[in-house]
Amino acid sequence: MKDLDILEMRSVYILREAFRTIPRLAMLWSIGKDSNVMIWLAKKAFLGRVPFPVVHLDTGKEFPETYAFRDRYAAEWDLDLIADACPPIEEVDATLPPATRFAARKTLGVKQAVARYGFDGIIAGIRRDEQSTRAKERVFSPRGETGQWDFRDQPPEFWDHYNVEFPPGTHLRVHPLLHWTEVDIWRYTQRENIPTVPLYFARDGKRYRSLGEEGITFPIDSEATTIDAIIAELSASRAPERAGRAMDHEAEDSFERLRVEGYM
Amino acid sequence: MTAEAIDQTRPLPIVIVGHVDHGKSTLIGRLLHETDSLPDGKVEQIKADSDRRGMPFEWSFVMDALQVERDQGITVDSSQIWFSTTARRYVIIDAPGHKEFLKNMITGAASAEAAVLVIDAEEGVSEQTRRHAFLLNLLGVSQVAVAINKMDLVNNGESRFEEVSIAIRDFLGGIGIEPSAVIPVSARHGGNIAAPGAQTPWYAGPTVAEALDAFVPRAASFDRPLRFLVQDLYKFDERRLIAGRVECGRLKVGDTLRFAPGGASARIASIETWNRDTPQISAAAGQSIAITLDDDIFVERGHVATLRDAPPRETHAVAARLFWLGRTPLAVGDQLKLKIGTSEYTVVLESVQRVIDSQDLHHTEGSQVERNGFADVTFRSRSKIAFDPFAENPATGRAVLVRDYQIVGGCLLEETHTVTAEDRNLTAVSHAVGRDERTRANGHDGAVIWLTGLSGAGKSTLAMALERQLFDRGHLVYVLDGDNVRGGLNGDLGFSAEDRAENIRRVAEAAKLFADAGLVVVTAFISPYRTDRRLAREIVGEGFHEVFVKADLSVCEERDPKGLYTKARAGHIPAFTGVSDPYEEPVEPDLVVDTVERSAEACTADLLRFVEDRIKISGRRAAVP
Repeated sequence: MKDLDILEMRSVYILREAFRTIPRLAMLWSIGKDSNVMIWLAKKAFLGRVPFPVVHLDTGKEFPETYAFRDRYAAEWDLDLIADACPPIEEVDATLPPATRFAARKTLGVKQAVARYGFDGIIAGIRRDEQSTRAKERVFSPRGETGQWDFRDQPPEFWDHYNVEFPPGTHLRVHPLLHWTEVDIWRYTQRENIPTVPLYFARDGKRYRSLGEEGITFPIDSEATTIDAIIAELSASRAPERAGRAMDHEAEDSFERLRVEGYM
Repeated sequence: MTAEAIDQTRPLPIVIVGHVDHGKSTLIGRLLHETDSLPDGKVEQIKADSDRRGMPFEWSFVMDALQVERDQGITVDSSQIWFSTTARRYVIIDAPGHKEFLKNMITGAASAEAAVLVIDAEEGVSEQTRRHAFLLNLLGVSQVAVAINKMDLVNNGESRFEEVSIAIRDFLGGIGIEPSAVIPVSARHGGNIAAPGAQTPWYAGPTVAEALDAFVPRAASFDRPLRFLVQDLYKFDERRLIAGRVECGRLKVGDTLRFAPGGASARIASIETWNRDTPQISAAAGQSIAITLDDDIFVERGHVATLRDAPPRETHAVAARLFWLGRTPLAVGDQLKLKIGTSEYTVVLESVQRVIDSQDLHHTEGSQVERNGFADVTFRSRSKIAFDPFAENPATGRAVLVRDYQIVGGCLLEETHTVTAEDRNLTAVSHAVGRDERTRANGHDGAVIWLTGLSGAGKSTLAMALERQLFDRGHLVYVLDGDNVRGGLNGDLGFSAEDRAENIRRVAEAAKLFADAGLVVVTAFISPYRTDRRLAREIVGEGFHEVFVKADLSVCEERDPKGLYTKARAGHIPAFTGVSDPYEEPVEPDLVVDTVERSAEACTADLLRFVEDRIKISGRRAAVP
């Protein structure tokens, strides 16, 4: 098997394990490159279907291209889409730095979805190479009753055995892309011909490398108008992927604080 | 290779292990820096984060991202980071060295294919150095390079390097690991990390980066017998899809699969796919697939599908070498879930054969396993467990243990030596000489005369007197007693309830064979528990006679022929029957001989009469006189 096949097969195994063991399951769909790959992998795992709801945590502040992409592919891929509005910023911890506080609306959005629909498991497309606290995540990660991540005492996880049984009141985060890198995502997107939001490709010398909300996400200088060009650019670059995400840089621990509270 | 070409290779997972504070995270930070793998701005950011804490530049901050890790200067959880040499791509797994976080070390190390063991040159081989090395072996990581770190603290001295080097080679040799290199390094200041160190001119071996490039990636298990583990069944439409992963071997459309446990068979009608131009007709190790069968046989999650050759073992008991991570110790009698691949069994810890000390590799007896401990044990399940011995097939030869919603341990499986005939699929071969023929030739039947009673009741005295008299009267006779059996056959057993049970089981099995061969076997064991004696009766079957050698505890204590009661009362013998452990009197013995009421001679005469009646030809079912 080629390296992309190995990555794909591992994700398929994880998705099937989640579908089998978690009664009420949902997948987060940010419409970004990673979560599109994740939808694609679900279709591979379940032979053309996504057999659980797909949740878009809508802050109302996405780029227009993102909304257009969502509406088109939710229909084309026959997704059971939930796109409720996230709670307003006033409900977010006011001690957080501004961009971090804005991003934390999504944390409340997840909690809202869990409470409203009774999900026991949430599939999220985070990767270890994105950010150093994500590098410490488990594939099946337990969350407390209010969604917190107890990073000081994570359960052991090895030999493809996941902790799937948890006391009532808690839920699981499932991370089927944890072992992928940014370049892997692009190479797979290219090989499988997976659609992507056009904002990832350069226009007037700029492109988005990581896609968040308008106002707290900034484009990078780039001439890459094709996936081939993006892969070449990434192989040559040593700039971090989330350099354009304001919330990562406000304080040393801003991202950790977000994640402890339940951010993806 | 170009950077882009390297990006397209499978990254080799490497774990960095060793004792707390020996410099694992620092080594990784330094390695990434020297191979130019850190993202832009990282060094400046770490400098700022170190300054804020009033620390000198801290390379470990590359991996230790959490506030608690940075503030306390320790790694709490495993982390992973990608980097490349000029040869290939790697995933570096940083494992915590603190004993408290062993479960996190295992989480990281279990997915590695090779390891770098980091040792502080000053402190030398330490507790977690040994424990981690022992674990690597259990986790199947056999490629190990050793980095002896902080060489700057020992003035880059060759003699100290040699000392530590010999100590670690010695320990690794004891667990069957030959290190691929032992490298003197300084992670903080650089030296033999990615470039040869100027401070160690006496060292001519590889750098850490070169040692990594010399590791060999693990090959997929295409050539082992097929193991297709059923993960789930889907009925999205009219097709019944059996989803699962090929753990090893290969399969193709048209193959007949046999599903264990149970053994139902059917042929693969198709391999179903999505978004593929051509139909898939075969699959190999590592692939998660979905198949349909030509017959609607019963299949469920946990079934192991194989081809006709080389099916897995199916037994009620398995032996296991385990590591235990539970907060409370694992004790004999505990109930757990044992998960092998996708299958799951409720098991009871039947016995602990030995507890292994990862520090000196010594084995000790015990009936429980402490947190972060190692042991060889036996598990028993009411349903049959389908597995392979680990050495034959790692994928179906290892298991995790689950208790109270959490994974609490892992183990490598082996065949147990206390399996039943049914477990082993043995069929007794008919003897060329029948039991009746032996009886006629010997002039008497074989039998087991099972003497039970307190220590000092007179079992051995009676048994030996009976043996003499039966022998003198021309009978084939032999005595099995505690002292002659515990010296050899049962030399590995102690006096716990479990070991007593096993002692009795083996004695009963041996006695049965002797009786089958036509001998009168007289056994002299305290055998204090009714359940054990019932088991002995079941094992021997026809020809088993339970004799209660009766004497009050006070009389036995007074006799105290071996001085054991005195020792037990003084607390020198734990679990001594009658003193600190119960004796359960037989409810319906075949004979009672009371050694308090009657003399030894009279008792022997009673016994002789009883035995001769039971063993005389066609006298097997005669009534008690």
